[in-house]
Amino acid sequence: MVRFIIVRVLGAIVVVWIVSVVTFLIFQLGPTLTHTSPVYYYVGKIPPTAEGLKLLTDRFGFNLPLYAQYWHFLSGILFGQSITDGVSAPIPCPSPCFGYSFRQNELVGNMLLQAAPVSISLAAGAAILWLIGGVTVGTISALRPGSVIDRIGMTGSLAAVSLPIFFTGPILLLIFEYQLGWLPDVAYAPISQDPLQWLKSMILPWIALAFLFAALYARLTRSNMLETMGEDYIRTARAKGLSQRTVVLKHGLRAALTPIVTIFGIDVGTLIGTTVITETVFNLRGLGFLSIQSIQNEDLPVIMGVTIVAAVALVIANLIVDILYAVIDPRVTV
Amino acid sequence: MSLPKGELEVVGESEQVALDSSEQGPRSIAGRSLWAIAWRRLRRNKAALVSGVIIIILVIVAVFAGVLTNLYGHSYLTQHNTAPNSLLDPATNMPLGAFGGISSTHWLGVTPVLGQDILSMLMFGARSSLIIASLSTALSLLLGVSLGLIAGYFRGWADTVISRTMDVLLSFPTLLLSISLITVVSFITTSLLVRFCVIIFVLGFFGFPYIGRIVRGQVLSIREKEFVDAARSLGASNGWIMAKEIIPNVIGPILVYTTLTIPNYMLGEAGLSYLGVGLNPPTASWGQMLSDAGNYFQIDPMYLFLPGLAIFISVMAFNIFGDGLRDALDPKSTR
Repeated sequence: MVRFIIVRVLGAIVVVWIVSVVTFLIFQLGPTLTHTSPVYYYVGKIPPTAEGLKLLTDRFGFNLPLYAQYWHFLSGILFGQSITDGVSAPIPCPSPCFGYSFRQNELVGNMLLQAAPVSISLAAGAAILWLIGGVTVGTISALRPGSVIDRIGMTGSLAAVSLPIFFTGPILLLIFEYQLGWLPDVAYAPISQDPLQWLKSMILPWIALAFLFAALYARLTRSNMLETMGEDYIRTARAKGLSQRTVVLKHGLRAALTPIVTIFGIDVGTLIGTTVITETVFNLRGLGFLSIQSIQNEDLPVIMGVTIVAAVALVIANLIVDILYAVIDPRVTV
Repeated sequence: MSLPKGELEVVGESEQVALDSSEQGPRSIAGRSLWAIAWRRLRRNKAALVSGVIIIILVIVAVFAGVLTNLYGHSYLTQHNTAPNSLLDPATNMPLGAFGGISSTHWLGVTPVLGQDILSMLMFGARSSLIIASLSTALSLLLGVSLGLIAGYFRGWADTVISRTMDVLLSFPTLLLSISLITVVSFITTSLLVRFCVIIFVLGFFGFPYIGRIVRGQVLSIREKEFVDAARSLGASNGWIMAKEIIPNVIGPILVYTTLTIPNYMLGEAGLSYLGVGLNPPTASWGQMLSDAGNYFQIDPMYLFLPGLAIFISVMAFNIFGDGLRDALDPKSTR
């Protein structure tokens, strides 16, 4: 088991490292192809004089060989660095340091810390909703295959998969915010400060996001459950005289849910940092919003930071799922 | 289409016999290919057939978008926002008339602010959507099928390299990387062709591991079958076995996956365009229309509903058709 965990952790570190290389190449190498100095994508303007440009090029290290630039980027994240523009006092940036946004005059790390709770709230709340909703619908459908309930559930879920959030989101807003006026002021507030406002700001994004995922989970639960309910041990459980409730919940659902747990972990991990569309629709200032905003502002240090944080979240989720799976399922060779 | 070997399954045939006897009276038992059986089953699935018709209409609209809008008489590029031809309320810049300016000349109304015809914009949006979805699906298929085939057939180090690469790709935050890649390329060139290519590349490339895994798994099991051993003992080369024995047997899952990938990539293109990193005006795109509609939907909800419905109907049609195809090709299916 220890060996299994060590191998998986090492694998995860390699993936994060590859992501950091790719992110670096896209952003540090990409701009050099544009015949504009990468300085532009850091500070937002090209200094008017050649000396000024050279000064900044030297300061950011854009004249160094690529591997040295990459090391500067990586060592900043790993060991921290201090950021200086040569005029004001240097800004300490402890590890993990993702650099400094000269557009926003803020450490990228601080911007990430501000945005992360919004994204985590969104992903966590929606995940609870879709897990409950999807598994319930899927189970009920599987117990009565071909029935009216099954058909409604499965057609509904097929429809839900086909509806993009940037269509359902505005419709939810149109109904609940503008027509019914139930949620007039939906500015985000941290849960620690104002739980009620937090709930109000999150409820519609949760529904929009959960609607989509619940549909996927309902379909998955249904097919797994149908397969499980045909197994011999279910017949044995029935033959023992157990109630339908016990057979379904204790024997059927338990086996049918194992693969779903895997996908659930990965989905939640993916969502942190990549709910760009949901955050844009509902104007939530999370990591996804931060990434699209910094792309529009051409603020490269920020988008590099968001990409790496999102990758780390996804890799950690994968890792947890792998290890949990090995613990739950004895067939996994450890 | 060559006949898939070893897949003349018993369930389908006996079912076929029963059907034939009820429909056309008794007749001798004939071996039918998987395709004939699948087509019979698909024909009995009304929802899938209706979806198939919708898909065909969609493709016709996309291919002949130029001809159709000429017949209809309005290019979506024409702006009706200046007097005396303005179709907009000068005070609010919103379409005049009920339901977003629906009239006998502009069947689905016009857009706010610019006053462009929505119907012809939707038709050209269908074209953008289908071009990107089909070409990126083709890219995913090309990469996924060839790499999955190599990994599953040769196993060993090739399998290790390919499978690990796919694992790494699946744990990338691909949406962020796609957005970033498109943005960086847009710094370099603003060419529309390049834009299309980049969108096709990010959707197709980041999506190929899903099909690659499916193909690899199928090939792993098929290569152990007796008919492959038989071919090998007759001296068939690896290339011949892959082309004649293995590919025909993975066509089914690939076909199903294709019909389910196209709608995904349609949503992908719409999502990127919604975020402003896909297709930008003047190129028509449903996602871009929804993004624009997001600014006015309190006053002009029609502009939101129309492209939303276009996406919904098209994607749903592909999904239902893909589901029907899967049921039809699945020997265990009771349909």
